[in-house]
Amino acid sequence: MSLNRRRHLTSGVMITLTYLAAVLATLPLLLILFHLLKKGASSISLDFFTNMPQPVGEPGGGMANAIVGTLILIGVACAVGLPLGIGGGLFLLENKGTRFANAVRFLSDVLNGLPSIVLGIFAWEFLVRPIGHFSALAGGIALGAMMIPLVTRTTEEMLSVVPNSLREAALALGYPRWRTSISIVLRTALAGIVTGALVAIARIAGETAPLLFTAFGNQFWSTKIGEPIAALPLQIFTYAISPYAEWHSLAWAGALVLIGMVLIISIIARAVTRARFGGPVD
Amino acid sequence: MTEQAVQPASRVTFVTRDESPPSERGWMPWRAKDRRRVNMGTSAIGDRVYKVAITLCAMAVPLLVVLIAVALSIAAWPAISEIGISLVTSSVWDVGAHKFGAAPALYGTVVSSAVALIIATPLAIGVAIFLSEFAPRWLRQPVAFLVDLLAAIPSVVYGLWGIFVLLPIMRENVMPFLRDDLHLGATPFFSGPAYGPSMLAAGVILAIMALPYISAVSREVLLAVPRSQREAALALGATRWEMIRDAVIPFARSGIVGGIILGLGRALGETMAVTMLIGNRPEISASLFAPGYTMASLIANEFSEATDDLHLSALMAVGAMLFAITLIVNGIARWLVWQVGRGGRV
Repeated sequence: MSLNRRRHLTSGVMITLTYLAAVLATLPLLLILFHLLKKGASSISLDFFTNMPQPVGEPGGGMANAIVGTLILIGVACAVGLPLGIGGGLFLLENKGTRFANAVRFLSDVLNGLPSIVLGIFAWEFLVRPIGHFSALAGGIALGAMMIPLVTRTTEEMLSVVPNSLREAALALGYPRWRTSISIVLRTALAGIVTGALVAIARIAGETAPLLFTAFGNQFWSTKIGEPIAALPLQIFTYAISPYAEWHSLAWAGALVLIGMVLIISIIARAVTRARFGGPVD
Repeated sequence: MTEQAVQPASRVTFVTRDESPPSERGWMPWRAKDRRRVNMGTSAIGDRVYKVAITLCAMAVPLLVVLIAVALSIAAWPAISEIGISLVTSSVWDVGAHKFGAAPALYGTVVSSAVALIIATPLAIGVAIFLSEFAPRWLRQPVAFLVDLLAAIPSVVYGLWGIFVLLPIMRENVMPFLRDDLHLGATPFFSGPAYGPSMLAAGVILAIMALPYISAVSREVLLAVPRSQREAALALGATRWEMIRDAVIPFARSGIVGGIILGLGRALGETMAVTMLIGNRPEISASLFAPGYTMASLIANEFSEATDDLHLSALMAVGAMLFAITLIVNGIARWLVWQVGRGGRV
């Protein structure tokens, strides 16, 4: 009897511990969001979005150039990462089970786990060093390279839920393979692919390490992709490690804007998937 | 196969067309257009173009891995040929004296990641068990969502939060508590002054960042354990905990280990948050309270100041080591997760 009681006691304690783990694991997120709102919200004003960075001591500094720079970098990254990733996903689906497809799938997963700083060095070696100066293009390509494996895997996953009968129906109607893939299979899975793309964008939007080697940052207004460009995460980093309280509060405001962007994209992605498939897909 | 199936139909179309009066042949615009549409030659070309295009897209992934390796080799070569093995074995990193020994960075990478895993693993597995077994239905989605969101927070935001929130807490509460109240100061690992920026602080932030990856994979493999496994254990009289321990976890073990190694891969290569919290000092110290360096933070911190070629190349050699290590770690992790049968993606 006492053995039995001890067994049930152990069970109860361990189950309680898993509840505790859940509380502890969600606590950091809530704390981070709380501090971002508390410290960041007060520094956010219209100036923040429309003004350029100011030297220390001058009021009214903003991050207009960094916000635009981040959007440009995301645009370049999408131009590189989305077509290659979606194409790769189509390939994996249509060549399921072949040795090459398995190798690509495996390498995509491995590449997803590589440190982003390594991709920065890659872009620096091929796109910055030979040219002799940093550029938004190199930054965008580094981020785009990060997107490729991510989009490849999500696309494949989303495409695999398209029923085979749909594909066969299209082929039976005389559609060539390529049109079947593009106007039937891709269109059916569009919501899922959009989700995958949004998840990838959310992931690269806040990347900083690769940009240190490529986009580099810029104190001035620049939208040229051949020139160094400012980016929100880079600006947050610079301000956060500076010794000035004023810049610290700007860093918090920047972080709040960045996290707002990332969370909104993530939540839209979730909503799109849920509307289409009736449940979250991770 | 499909091309062959469709071809006869196109021939039929041609035959019907040829029955039209000769006077109408050749000039009617719809005719030429129709012929083009049913012409199987065109769609065969279309299929070939499509096939080549998607194959090229798929080759982007292996190509990228090769190009990264090539880029790192080229950039690292001058340092490797000039400094040689002491790049790994020497612990003197002195830019002015042209001495580049990255042992402190290697040590820091290993120790900070180990601290992170020690903290994150029990929590992550606890969350995964909670979500897959015990959580009330209405709590599952929200908690899983919140934990997953941890993975969406950019590294630089973790760093910012770490500098202004975590470091003061570490300096004023956690470190003195560990050292004085728990009397761990007697051991070499928790001794010395508590400044804040330290291996321990970096380990804590890495734990928070690795947690969602470990728990996502663990949850997935736990959910993949067949229901009959649980029912059999309960039917034999096991308590709910004994069911988890004896019937569920053994089944999911290799997947959970894969998840932990995946988290390790994240922790090893994490750059910004660590750079902001670890203190960036190239010294090996047994105490977790002392500042240190990791490979990634060394590169990120010194890259913009590196003016001479050897320094730059030494940083790239550190990058090459980081690449090799994370490549192996991630390869092992993926292999383990795949063993469980479901492609465990994060």
